[in-house]
Amino acid sequence: MNNDKNLYCIAATFNTPDEIINAAKKVSGAGYTHFDVNTPYPVHGMDDAMKLKPSKLGFVTLVMGLAGASIALLFMYWSLSIDYPLVIGGKPYFALPAFIPVTFEMTVLLATVSTVVAMIMLFFQLPNNKHPLHDTKYMKSVSHDKYGILIETNDDKFDEKEVENFLKNLKPLNIEYIYYPPEETYSIFQPKFLLLLAGIALVVSGGTYFSLNKLMFMTPFNWMMDQAKLIPQKGSELFEDGFGMRKPVTGTVARGFVPYPYKGQVNPTEVLANPFLPTKENIALGKAKYDIYCSPCHGYFADGDSRLRGQFPNPPTLHSQRARDFSDGMFYHIITNGQNIMPSYESQITRDERWAIVNYIRVLQRAKNASDADLTEMNKEAGSNVAN
Amino acid sequence: MSQTDFHYQKKELPANLTKFSLVVLAIGVVLSLIAFFVDRERALFSYLVTYMMIVSIAVGSLFIVALEYIAGADWSTPIRRIPEFFSRLLPLLFILVIPLLVFNHDLFHWAHKEAVAEDKILQGKAPYLNITFFVIRTFVFIGLWSLFYWVLIRNSRKQDTTKDQNLTTKNIRLSAIFILVFAISITFTAIDFMMSLEPHWFSTIYGVYFFSGIVVAALAAITLAVIMLKERGYFSPWMTDDHLFSLGALIFAFINFWAYIAFSQYLLIWYADLPEETFWFLTRWNGNWAYLSILLIIVQFLVPYFALLTQPSKKDPKRLKFISIWLLFAHFIDLFWLIMPNMNSMKDGYVFSWIDFVFPIAGVGLIILVFIISYKKDNLLPIGDPKLKRGMDFHL
Repeated sequence: MNNDKNLYCIAATFNTPDEIINAAKKVSGAGYTHFDVNTPYPVHGMDDAMKLKPSKLGFVTLVMGLAGASIALLFMYWSLSIDYPLVIGGKPYFALPAFIPVTFEMTVLLATVSTVVAMIMLFFQLPNNKHPLHDTKYMKSVSHDKYGILIETNDDKFDEKEVENFLKNLKPLNIEYIYYPPEETYSIFQPKFLLLLAGIALVVSGGTYFSLNKLMFMTPFNWMMDQAKLIPQKGSELFEDGFGMRKPVTGTVARGFVPYPYKGQVNPTEVLANPFLPTKENIALGKAKYDIYCSPCHGYFADGDSRLRGQFPNPPTLHSQRARDFSDGMFYHIITNGQNIMPSYESQITRDERWAIVNYIRVLQRAKNASDADLTEMNKEAGSNVAN
Repeated sequence: MSQTDFHYQKKELPANLTKFSLVVLAIGVVLSLIAFFVDRERALFSYLVTYMMIVSIAVGSLFIVALEYIAGADWSTPIRRIPEFFSRLLPLLFILVIPLLVFNHDLFHWAHKEAVAEDKILQGKAPYLNITFFVIRTFVFIGLWSLFYWVLIRNSRKQDTTKDQNLTTKNIRLSAIFILVFAISITFTAIDFMMSLEPHWFSTIYGVYFFSGIVVAALAAITLAVIMLKERGYFSPWMTDDHLFSLGALIFAFINFWAYIAFSQYLLIWYADLPEETFWFLTRWNGNWAYLSILLIIVQFLVPYFALLTQPSKKDPKRLKFISIWLLFAHFIDLFWLIMPNMNSMKDGYVFSWIDFVFPIAGVGLIILVFIISYKKDNLLPIGDPKLKRGMDFHL
């Protein structure tokens, strides 16, 4: 016996799965708790024989699965409904059915990956590659065609002689003493290793650069890019005039289109009157369109506090005296024609919707610059509501 | 292991079970006939739900049998007779389907000549949706099912006496062919008897949707029978938790599969938002149908999902039994949800009628009776099957 080494365990190997089940039952029956069984494949009924408790791994799966589901849902909710609400395909901002596939995938991904990682890290303690069983004769035989059982020295009942006799009574093939391996010291920063790292880095980065910047532009890899088709805004040899996009036939008018005679003028030469009364419905329509088309620059309350702040010159507030003195027609003209840096919205907002927006701007101006008279009127209304 | 010296001794079913099933069947049939004369259209639609339920359990059971052969599963070999007993319902379908064929005019809009004459879409579908082809298809499919039932089960029974291992090989090959036939026939059955009730609507996943429901229903019926028999000692001493766990796990898998398919169908239609597709779901959102639509998700997916999520719950016979009954109800509700809103008088919401409850009574009576008759003619265990011992010694 080698006394200058630390004993890790005493191991016994057997020839058949029936023997190992029997041995495991005996060992667990004798009250040993720190023992382990190694077999070349999972042996049915071993958990019972070893009196193992159900694995805790399922909890990792459950918790991480739930985490995956909630992370996916919350992220989609935050990004698509709060931070950058976009209408996609006419669906609501929080379109749950569309989110479910992603949620499902994230649940499965996080649950499975974390289960595998937990199994390797927590239960196999992977980064530690110095398990005493490594490179032992015992390990070689049980990973091949033998069935082994071992009793560890840190078991409360461990006694060298007693355990050896106990295992001998089970009539094993042989009994092996396994010791902790001597501490080894590694030096990571050897010149050879560093050279290898540098070589790998060079090859990987060079390969990446080459394939992304050169290879993709060589025939036949560029076929995907160079397709024989019309591309918007690009020229084409198919037509005589060399333009890819076609102009409408002279004299044709799009459906619902009404020509605007004051196009390009600073002020409309005639006074344009708003054909819509500021009814509740009309103002609601104006608000909807204003929030979509105008608010990105002018802000939801027309303060000129653009959501694109800094990336674009801010438009002036619409609550200035000058803007409040504008006629309805002037607002309509600016939306239709554009002004300074603001482009024309003629093609995006219909005529009626433009008038509705003007009505809504009036509402915003009135609300922002309410007078005392407005307040008393409102109080009166509130009072009459209470009285009713 | 200790089961090596197991000797099979046939234990008869309790005699009062036969009486019970006969009484239930008689009550059901009498009430059904009354219902038929009171309101023929309503009765036919109600009957169609029960008919599809019987088809589900019968074909689904034969599918489970075939699946066991193909997959080479050991664990289910000792309980294979249960699905075999249920699949005896298949030849009966020849008779059961007749009312649906005779009164097709009450059920199917496309069977109305005057409606087809002024409907371009129905004219386009007429080469497929016409009575002659419909009847031929129906009988060909039932014939194929019965044929495979007859061959597969005959081989299985023959093995009890001859102990011939080649019969297993033969059945494996037959099962492989049957699975293919099953896939095609069940798709067309779903299209013919349920999707064509609304002939303007189409969904390419419909056949798979019906399939997922079928397997859940068949597994639930099998599990229920297994646990009822186990509780009365028919499967002692060999049946362990691991057999129950395997059944529970299969049910759990197919509940998920059903939800996956049902959601796939809904998601695509919801996303594309095309009027010619969405109206089918909108009909099921009319009036009080909306409650049933939501109930379906809860009953067929959420409740059984959480009830069977943990490992111990799949081994608990009481819970499995409860969930089996629950899932049979769930599949019934599923079929009800697919079929009933197609009635013209119920497009705007469910109208209560006692008629809906009489056909299931007859169905339950019939299924139990067929089970008893099969049991009397057969051994409960496939004693000649070479996989039987391994199946009884099964451990996870």
